[in-house]
Amino acid sequence: MAKVWKFGNDVDTDQILPGRYAPYMTGEAALARHAFIEYRPEFARAVRAGDIILAGRNFGCGSSREYAPLALKRCGIAAIVARSFARIFFRNALNLGIPLFESETATQEIADGQEVELDVAQGILVAGERAFPLRPPPAFVCEILHQGGIVEYYRKHGRFPGESDS
Amino acid sequence: MGQTLSEKIISRAAGHEVQAGDLAVVQVTMTMTVDSIAESVIRVLRQELGAKRVHDPERVALFVDHVAPACNPATADGQVLLRRFALEEGINRLYDVGRGICHQLMIEEGLVQPGTVALGSDSHATTYGAIGAFGTGMGTTDIALAFARGKTWLKVPESIKVQVHGAFSPGTTAKDLILWLIGRLGAEGASYRAVEFHGVEGSSLASRMTICSMATEMGAKAGLVPPDDLIRQHYPVPEWLYPDADATYVQEIMIDLSKIQPQVSLPHQVDRVAPVSQVQGVRVHQVFLGSCTNGRLEDLHRAASLLSGRHIARGVRLLVIPASHRVLADAVADGTMSTLLAAGATVGTPGCGPCLGRHLGVLGAGEVCLSTSNRNFQGRMGSPEASIYLGSPATAAATALAGFIADPREYWQ
Repeated sequence: MAKVWKFGNDVDTDQILPGRYAPYMTGEAALARHAFIEYRPEFARAVRAGDIILAGRNFGCGSSREYAPLALKRCGIAAIVARSFARIFFRNALNLGIPLFESETATQEIADGQEVELDVAQGILVAGERAFPLRPPPAFVCEILHQGGIVEYYRKHGRFPGESDS
Repeated sequence: MGQTLSEKIISRAAGHEVQAGDLAVVQVTMTMTVDSIAESVIRVLRQELGAKRVHDPERVALFVDHVAPACNPATADGQVLLRRFALEEGINRLYDVGRGICHQLMIEEGLVQPGTVALGSDSHATTYGAIGAFGTGMGTTDIALAFARGKTWLKVPESIKVQVHGAFSPGTTAKDLILWLIGRLGAEGASYRAVEFHGVEGSSLASRMTICSMATEMGAKAGLVPPDDLIRQHYPVPEWLYPDADATYVQEIMIDLSKIQPQVSLPHQVDRVAPVSQVQGVRVHQVFLGSCTNGRLEDLHRAASLLSGRHIARGVRLLVIPASHRVLADAVADGTMSTLLAAGATVGTPGCGPCLGRHLGVLGAGEVCLSTSNRNFQGRMGSPEASIYLGSPATAAATALAGFIADPREYWQ
């Protein structure tokens, strides 16, 4: 079972990983310890591998800093489910191979700290008696996730999504 | 079928016609990264992608601006790595400490051209739309891939058309227009979309850069102004670079500039916008005049015109950080800097300054800052218990004089 860490709307990348705690400032090794360090200090201490973030609208807005989703990945976050994602955050997280799903109902009806089970392949989030089908991402997104990120995708295919083989 | 400015630029860069919603692989004419991100880009490029060299060192630019000069051994080490990388790769376009902010230099130094796609490892790369380039911000991995290939992939965005008419009333500027628009559309109001600004022909390049830089604060992938004669005087503008009259827009917004009042973003969200008249009187400890959004000569002129012959209030610090060395030199040459210093301002090294809370003006608990920058997220400039209000250079100057948030129209000359 995974635990849900629930967040509200417009959580920006300065909340996920403040610029003052960037690898540039403090070194790369401490990155996971600094996730949500001021916004939700208990997060980095208590998060377990496989836990899930559930958020409101526009999750990850603001800076293009990839170390924000990287910090969540280093913490072992298995997936992020939000009502919507900020564009650059979505792409950065996808590039790192973090599964992302959009859902209106799951994010409203599942409580913070609730134990859930997520089937990433099927796109189903189960919380107690309830099963929430998650909107499947577009095919190219699924393929990037399947490979584990854009670097792995590119190394395997030798091309970008949307690029012909020739 | 008619094309938006973004569709035209991306079609050219892709080598075939595209429309909103298509996935496109495009030629990138300039990719840049900065001191704070370079180390991770180099790691992905060399270790994860196994690339021997960058694809074309002439299409890469490097900047030391986010913490310039270095504030601790870690940042100094990161800058050493960046300089060594430039040397090893034969990258001539390295703009070191004091040269200025990446986005300012990309345009000032002619590193980005109208009608091309340019990428930055910083979200305010939307600034390049001010000269009619498709500029967008990406993360470490995408920048490393563009370094390796000279290309990137992206989904062609739908576009929002903003049609402005009329003229600003005294005391009101481009910053107030973009803050007002962000307040109206919200922080994700332009998510995944490009925003095309029409009818701003009368405005300066600096004002267009202010507007386009903050397009990202509405979630936009790009913010663009169709090039006009002003841009043609300084940059080569291809004849095809204009939006078609029958282009498709997902939303059209009409704005009468004369109706816009000076605007302020309230803590801790950029889209919490109110007319300055509603927050007048909030006690302020620091005023920051600078950033890629408002650190240009025009901005310093605007502030100096209010500060001339006056002195900032007791208990207020006015930090002025020009967006580039050239801006600083010009402001010294034309006497603007003397005016600012006489009014009680202090001046820092051209660069990002305290905008992202790493040095040169970090805020303590309980402190309030009126900043001309672009983000007021909680903890952005230091303590999470500090508060940041965003406003124009005129509002910043008025606030510095009053010691509390003040309406620039009361000081306007």
